[in-house]
Amino acid sequence: MILEARDVRRLYGAFVALDGVSLSVREGEFVSIIGPNGAGKSTLINVLTGVLQPSAGSVRFKGKDIGGIGTVALTRLGMARSFQLVQIFPDLTVLETLQAAVVSRLGLGTRFLASLAGCGHVESEAREVAALFNLHGKVHTLTRELPQGEKKLLDVASAFALKPEIILLDEPTSGVSTADKHAVMEILVDAAKRMGLRAIIQVEHDMDIVFGYSDRIIALHQGTVLADATPSQIEADAQVMDMVVGRRRGAHTTSVAPHPTPSPGTRGNSWQPSPPQGEEGRGSSRDARLERRGEG
Amino acid sequence: MRTAVTLAVVGGAMVALPWLVPAYYITLMLPFMAYGVVLLGLNLLFGYTGLVSFGHALFIGIGAYTGAVLTTRLGMRQMELILLAAALAAALVAAPVGALCVRYVKIYFGMLTLAFGMVFYTFLLKFYKLTGGDEGMRMLRPYLLGQSWEGFSKTAYLIGPYYYFSLGVLVLATLLMWRIVRSPFGLCLRTIRDNPLKAESLGVSVPRFRWYAFMISAIYAAVGGALLATPTGNVDPTLAYWTHSGNIVFMVLLGGFASFFGPLLGAFVFIFLQDTVMSVFPYWRLVFGAVLAVLVIFAPGGLMGLFARRLPAEVSRG
Repeated sequence: MILEARDVRRLYGAFVALDGVSLSVREGEFVSIIGPNGAGKSTLINVLTGVLQPSAGSVRFKGKDIGGIGTVALTRLGMARSFQLVQIFPDLTVLETLQAAVVSRLGLGTRFLASLAGCGHVESEAREVAALFNLHGKVHTLTRELPQGEKKLLDVASAFALKPEIILLDEPTSGVSTADKHAVMEILVDAAKRMGLRAIIQVEHDMDIVFGYSDRIIALHQGTVLADATPSQIEADAQVMDMVVGRRRGAHTTSVAPHPTPSPGTRGNSWQPSPPQGEEGRGSSRDARLERRGEG
Repeated sequence: MRTAVTLAVVGGAMVALPWLVPAYYITLMLPFMAYGVVLLGLNLLFGYTGLVSFGHALFIGIGAYTGAVLTTRLGMRQMELILLAAALAAALVAAPVGALCVRYVKIYFGMLTLAFGMVFYTFLLKFYKLTGGDEGMRMLRPYLLGQSWEGFSKTAYLIGPYYYFSLGVLVLATLLMWRIVRSPFGLCLRTIRDNPLKAESLGVSVPRFRWYAFMISAIYAAVGGALLATPTGNVDPTLAYWTHSGNIVFMVLLGGFASFFGPLLGAFVFIFLQDTVMSVFPYWRLVFGAVLAVLVIFAPGGLMGLFARRLPAEVSRG
């Protein structure tokens, strides 16, 4: 078990945003959290990422209680996140954005007099991540000048550059055109595979993305877990489909894997770290991850 | 390459200046160089971290009064030690002040720094026995590089040894800051300036890095303050007054906070423009107010922003 929440309650004054939410995320899982507006998804994300302290209950990441631990500390523990609204550094280039994540991960931020340009490994790691997200051709572009879809990719890529063990993606395809959504997800899943992530959690409204990529779906409704099951089980549950999805998927689609070019093995556990690809950078990334796990 | 050539030309001109222009203009270069050091630090906070301080005159005051106290009360005249002591004193004050201020942003940060500046100003004004009150204190001529330069008249001392000493400090401060803003630390500061929420999500501790920037900028301000005190030979509480803080923010805006060398250009233009305007028109603040309004409306990037396309990218972007 990598991440576990037990009987989490979160109150805002008298308002109960989360009421006894329990969930767990296991090694190799791609878990989607869904629910209508007001279901408590945002609060749950903030509790899971240590931003909010649960009013009751506990959240444990790799066995450690992370309730209210704070974003920076959680990043150091190996959890990264991206945001629903695109978060970029407008006046930094793509490369600088990714370098910032690498600098942070390697603990080089307090090197006051070291030359960033002289930290060759920082740049090479940043370029490696840029390549994984198809941003290698734009490394010197100011991020504010990127198209919206690439801004979103960079937002996610910078979280990946932290080489986290688990990543929480808040609507990773929001703001991306419908035509590009699956391409973004393919890039993301492929990157997770190559970088050796242990689990992905996403909050997503697009049910094609949710049903197409998830191993498990957690449906929230009014601050409680309505269902925690596989996509096919959720799809077979008329009540959940009506209350959370808002429609019967079968009425519109006949496939639970609707993306046009589903890559083999994007479902189940098969997105877990693949063997080194023979490419120097990719292989070394995975090795670095395995070493870090060994230390832990 | 073009950057190196540009800097070499400017550096060479500054070295040759005492032989090329009348002494009066050299004495104007002294406050320019002192403010140059102050502004390099202030812009680390302003241009690179996104925090506008309206109380940095506090640290200029600390630097200047450190020099005055050391030379008049304690008989320590070595300028190198004075600069070191000024930096240390500023760091001691900036540590708790910064720790409190960096918890706030935007106008709250600005107002809090202004408040601390005013507290120090009042301290200087009211603790007469220690600070000399509104009359201030004398700053005796400091020794430079172990030499007393007694044989030099005041003007000869200022336009000769002191000019080159100040130039040396400015060059060192510039090189050091150039290195800082291009370090991994500098990159972290820029992430905070652009998007603190995102910076936190990447593991950058925003309050801690803001505090580092505050400390460095305070030390730079104190070193500049100590340099500033020698030419006038006197320090007084107006050095720490809020209008002085406003002036240095104005200088940064004038030159352009988005550029590494912008604040230096701002200090240069401010000093010489002030001198020129004051010589022909008594209400110089009226003119400067109009300049500030025009700048904010038509050239928010400052003078460096206007010239950016004509300059090497490394110089203009910093």
